[in-house]
Amino acid sequence: MTDNENKRENEDGSNNEKTNEIENVSRRKFLKSSGIAAGGVVGGALLGSLLGNPFKSEPSTKVQPLSIDYGETRQFFKRKSDFDILNFATETIYPEDEHGAGAMNLGVPYYIDKQLASPWGQNAEDYMRKPFIKKDQTSLNRGEVFLRGLRKLNEVAQKEHEDEFKNLEEEKQIELLKKFEADEVEMEFVSSAYFFELLRQTTLEGCYCDPMYGGNKNMEGWKMKEFPGARLSYTDYVEEEDFVALDPVSLKTQTQ
Amino acid sequence: MVKRMDKVDVVTVGVGWSGGIVASELSKAGFKVVGLERGAESSVEDYVSSKDDVRYRQRLEMMEKLNKSTFTTRRSIDEEALPIRNKMSIKIGTDVGGGGSHWAAQTHRYFPYDFEIRSQTIERYGEEKIPDWMTIQDWGITYDELEPYYDTFEKTMGISGEEDPLAAPRSSPYPTPPLKKTAVMRLFEEATKKLGYHPFVIPGGTLSEKYENPDGQVINACQYCSFCERFGCDFGAKADPVITVIPTAKETGNFELRTHSEVKRVLYEGDKATGVLYVNTLTGEEYEQPADVVVLTSYTFNNTKLLLLSEIGKPYDPKTGKGVIGKNFTDHHTSPGIKGLFKDRKFNRFISTGMLGSVITDFAADNFDHTDVDFIHGGHVEAREGGNMPIETNITPEGTPSWGKEFKKESLYYHNRHVSFFLQRASMPHKENYLDLDPTYKDDYGDPLLRITNDFTENEHKMDEFLLEKGDEIMKEMGASETQLNYVEHFDGNLAYQHNSGGVIMGDDPETSAVNNYMQMWDMNNLFVCGASAFPHFGTSNPTLTLGALTYRATEGIIDYLNNGEGQLLKTESKEEKV
Repeated sequence: MTDNENKRENEDGSNNEKTNEIENVSRRKFLKSSGIAAGGVVGGALLGSLLGNPFKSEPSTKVQPLSIDYGETRQFFKRKSDFDILNFATETIYPEDEHGAGAMNLGVPYYIDKQLASPWGQNAEDYMRKPFIKKDQTSLNRGEVFLRGLRKLNEVAQKEHEDEFKNLEEEKQIELLKKFEADEVEMEFVSSAYFFELLRQTTLEGCYCDPMYGGNKNMEGWKMKEFPGARLSYTDYVEEEDFVALDPVSLKTQTQ
Repeated sequence: MVKRMDKVDVVTVGVGWSGGIVASELSKAGFKVVGLERGAESSVEDYVSSKDDVRYRQRLEMMEKLNKSTFTTRRSIDEEALPIRNKMSIKIGTDVGGGGSHWAAQTHRYFPYDFEIRSQTIERYGEEKIPDWMTIQDWGITYDELEPYYDTFEKTMGISGEEDPLAAPRSSPYPTPPLKKTAVMRLFEEATKKLGYHPFVIPGGTLSEKYENPDGQVINACQYCSFCERFGCDFGAKADPVITVIPTAKETGNFELRTHSEVKRVLYEGDKATGVLYVNTLTGEEYEQPADVVVLTSYTFNNTKLLLLSEIGKPYDPKTGKGVIGKNFTDHHTSPGIKGLFKDRKFNRFISTGMLGSVITDFAADNFDHTDVDFIHGGHVEAREGGNMPIETNITPEGTPSWGKEFKKESLYYHNRHVSFFLQRASMPHKENYLDLDPTYKDDYGDPLLRITNDFTENEHKMDEFLLEKGDEIMKEMGASETQLNYVEHFDGNLAYQHNSGGVIMGDDPETSAVNNYMQMWDMNNLFVCGASAFPHFGTSNPTLTLGALTYRATEGIIDYLNNGEGQLLKTESKEEKV
């Protein structure tokens, strides 16, 4: 499948892909010249801070209210550019507002990264035998669907707005995601609606999962929903007439 | 080369509730039993620290994996079936305990009407009440005949319940008192009583108090923690084969549980089963387990598939209506539901036991006059505490987008300000809803997949409209500021719960059924098939209690068969003619 994917994207020759190429080349050059790649232990946070900004030309007209956290090691996404799109796509689905954090600050992108690296992301427990005769019976695994979907987001952003998805104004990001949701974007081997639903579902999972999965940071998602988490017993509260506000509890309190 | 094991009295295929019941009753009676389970061993230790929404509810840790085998589905006999690929689309228990470990444990008995549905419908409304396509038939047993076995199974599980005022008589009260009532349940009771209905607390196997069953197994008091349906219980407070019938069987010394053992065929000579052929799933080695009696105790699908692959019984043909294996398939759950939004009221929605709730059966079975409605049977209106798991519970007013700013705001606001009704309803069989072997797709062993041909019927659509109207009235009476009615038009290939029946149905006539009321195959006297595969139709409520009761009855039949030699346990006119 990788061959197909590369071939197709080369044929498309999207600006997006070219940008990625350039960034990758620049990064390699940087790694080489700075000697970091040659050895030595470099934490994700350091790499992130070193590589996060120097090679990007942020458009001066756009104000990004949120910055991407590069502080953790990625397990699935290789290209920073894919991870960047993921950040802003999830934030569009679950934005920061007066109630509290959005997807990015809840750690959703890292949650999704880990899930796609897991057996689930590789469809290890699904029936993947051939033949696949319909698009909603995609032969791609979830990780592959994500890569194609995110890159397609950028591709459409470039085509319609001549800019990367992450740089678009919020309204345009919403508008683009709506097209995917409505299955109006043509994709190969998978429908854009399928990708969107996967993106939406995993975003919500990342907002409300137990914090041990990397999302729902500081149980902020649970606090917003007034969900008390993995508590052992509610026997004393069952018959209460009024709402009982309880602090949430993570599974990590029960690992022994 | 197939390795031949030592012969035993009884072999079961699958070790969940029905396999566990067969194992406990037969081993207590002194017979040697081997239980073959394709999954892994499990114990309460596996359930500790399992209050994990992602792993258990979203990724279905306790459910069957589809990477080696799945099912194909289609809506009509003219369509090409496609395989169910996503594990999330099927919720069938795996490993020892099966569905009995992850279930929500709701345990209503079926109504007397269920067992004599055809004759009672005709008697009361005339034969024209039954559409041509509807293949309902009497079960070959009455409620009174099955009652003692309901009683036995309820006592094994320690069921906590309150008597349904509209249900048939019970020989003894529920073993333990009903669960506590939440504010939602009290509100539902108030509203339904005001409307003239008969609410009661849902009976179930998450126990209101610590209980020791007649076999000496202890089930603890439920903590209402909500991590229940799709989870195992870390407190040992949910009736589960893993803490009841399986240890009972093991304690006799007569039961051997063999895991990672997947049965591929029932072996037989002439009309007598000789044992089963199974594969060690870890090594791929094949074994033969000879036995005097073979009992299929796996899920509806696998019971049916094994008979079709082994070429036992006549496969059902939807065009002619002849044959029995695969007949009367029903998918109970993609039930309609109602959400009630309460703008000004907050509930402790995070508290539940899996099946905690209150219910009315005023519109179930033949509990109301069907003269003026154009459907048969009916459904429950259940106010259920679902546990409000935050990933999947996102309640918003009608017209709200399913993501973005407004979605976030509304789904946060209504998270604890809503009430859910399940409208569990009966599924009547359709002559073209059936199970057979798929012509295209194969499993890991090269055997064909089981093909499910199914769609919802007119009967279900009419019933849904009726139940939604009644439920809506109740929800409004409870004070909802907005109600949302979820109507399901078509079967979409997703099997929402482990609620499927038919394929190896029971009855009193070998021409129209596969097993008699001891679950004994008409065509093979020493082969018994236990499970909801025996239900000729799906009643209003959850299958486990009824399939367990039928299995307890089957164990009496198996003991009788083993003690008194060969033959049919049930003599019917047509069978006697054959003999």
